Amino acid sequence: MGLEAISFLVLAIITLSSALALVLSRNIVHSALFLILSFVGVAGLYLLMQANFLAAVQILVYGGAIAIILVFGVMLTQREDMSSTNLFNKQKGLALLVASVLLMVISRVIWLTKWGSITTIKTTVHNIATVMLQQYVLPFEIVAILLLVAMIGAIVLAKKVEKAS
Amino acid sequence: MGALQNLFVNLALFFRESMVNIGFSQLGIEATMDLVAGIGVLAVIAISALVLIYVERKVAGFIQVRLGPNRVGPKGTCQTVADALKLVGKEDIIPDRVDKVPFMIAPILFFAPAVLAFAIIPFGENMIPIDMNIGIFYFIAVCSLSTIPIIMAGWSSNNKYSLLGAMRSLAQSLSYEIPLVFSILGVVMITGSLQMSDIVAAQSDMWFIVTQPIAFLIYLIAGAAETNRPPFDLPEGESELVAGYMTEYSGMRWALFFLAEYAHLFIVSAMATTLFLGGWHGPILPSYIWFLLKTGFMIFILIWVRWTFPRIRIDQLLSLGWKFLLPLSLLNILITGVVLYII
Amino acid sequence: MYEFNGIVIFFILGLLMPIGALIGAYILAPTKSSPQKYLTYECGLDTRGETWVQFKICYFLYALVFLVFDVETIFLYPWAVTFQQLGTFAFVEMFIFIAILIIGFVYAWKEGALEWF
Repeated sequence: MGLEAISFLVLAIITLSSALALVLSRNIVHSALFLILSFVGVAGLYLLMQANFLAAVQILVYGGAIAIILVFGVMLTQREDMSSTNLFNKQKGLALLVASVLLMVISRVIWLTKWGSITTIKTTVHNIATVMLQQYVLPFEIVAILLLVAMIGAIVLAKKVEKAS
Repeated sequence: MGALQNLFVNLALFFRESMVNIGFSQLGIEATMDLVAGIGVLAVIAISALVLIYVERKVAGFIQVRLGPNRVGPKGTCQTVADALKLVGKEDIIPDRVDKVPFMIAPILFFAPAVLAFAIIPFGENMIPIDMNIGIFYFIAVCSLSTIPIIMAGWSSNNKYSLLGAMRSLAQSLSYEIPLVFSILGVVMITGSLQMSDIVAAQSDMWFIVTQPIAFLIYLIAGAAETNRPPFDLPEGESELVAGYMTEYSGMRWALFFLAEYAHLFIVSAMATTLFLGGWHGPILPSYIWFLLKTGFMIFILIWVRWTFPRIRIDQLLSLGWKFLLPLSLLNILITGVVLYII
Repeated sequence: MYEFNGIVIFFILGLLMPIGALIGAYILAPTKSSPQKYLTYECGLDTRGETWVQFKICYFLYALVFLVFDVETIFLYPWAVTFQQLGTFAFVEMFIFIAILIIGFVYAWKEGALEWF
């Protein structure tokens, strides 16, 4: 087994086991920390595939921004005991259904993909920029509008909560 | 001078050649070189912390018209060594009500990103530990990782001061990260590359502080806020929050937080040198000496700021970040873009 | 692959040094147990009330605006690297992109998402 295979196995085990721990942990802050570990594991996988830029984006957006949003979200709620804040509820069956549908979709995509070996790319950033700014102009601008709508929507909702409390 | 000029580069070449002669594989050689570079970085972190703490106390002493440390060794130079030895002998207290595992690993995880950030600092000509093609973007990503250990420490301590300090630290770091990132963007636009060696090479004729003065000021303010030092030390403001997220820590675990903060100070100053002050470029003296001189100058400025300005209030801090630095940095990007386009 | 190895080596070293320091301190440092030592610090008094109090929503609002700008950065950096080669179209495109987000920023400002109170 080569070095790459060992690295992949270690990263995959870290990612998957922390994802499992996220679901099973009863303390919601532990769950959040496991989720961040899982994000970092995915970033490691990107790095292993020589997608440096994508790995940095994963760390920056998920390890940085999303993690902070999660923590602030947890801190918005009031609770007395932290040890039972992330319990299973009645929607277990529904969750199983949604998860298995998602699994099927992902399996289908994996099945249909033609897997090839990667060639070393010197600068990924240039290629990303060219594709983003010349080939997919419209989706790129739509991303901006999506971000705008997301921000306005979130602020409207949050303000409503603030007024109610 | 010629031998000194490339001392470390030649040393690395010698290592490399002797490993080729022994018959190492390409992978083995690269890994060994990274290992050597990594151990070198650890040495730099340890030594710079020892020196910086002494310098900081001495400069603080002079600013406040007193002597500073002057008992241990000549002019008090061994004071930090004595302090470090004392810290090793301090008891590591883990209070009963803390959440043990996150509490114990938070200082370790706070230290690791600092070491990772050192990997792309150009210490001199051809002296970058790992010259990645996404260089500066990697730096930004690694810097954003240091917020998670802070929230781990603050939350797991089960102490009101710790939690308040950690929450403030998060609010502060997310207010200053955007201006910091946008100020670096001005440099990237001129260089057209994210690689650290390219950014330094682009400054051989003119330093970017001349072409990007606004970006430099934004970087300096945001960098000072990133290091959690006064006037931006709200997360650990000792007169209101005891020690913020470090309240429950003692002994070596506390020392790790302290060491990592000085490593951050070094990183922010080294990055300011690399991005705006021409990196290792300079006449006569070897490149690494120039790099250290400029970094030392930047550190001195940050120490000077620390001992001159009073701490600002949290709403002022956040307003400064969001309502002044962020629009200013966007304006800087716009102006840079238009000027570069016209030229 | 070499970059990956380098980063992993630096990360492992970054973990090993603090762990080594902690082991060293564990061997050298004294441990004298006394119940007072393991209480939560609160200026000498016994701690009262809940530690995990509810925080203000303004923290969350800042985080939302931050997320949007954080995502914007990942689009800005590739653009900054290449805009001098890609010509006028890419240049204008990015300014439309930034303008749309500035509208959002102004909205957040007007709505008071950037106020501490």
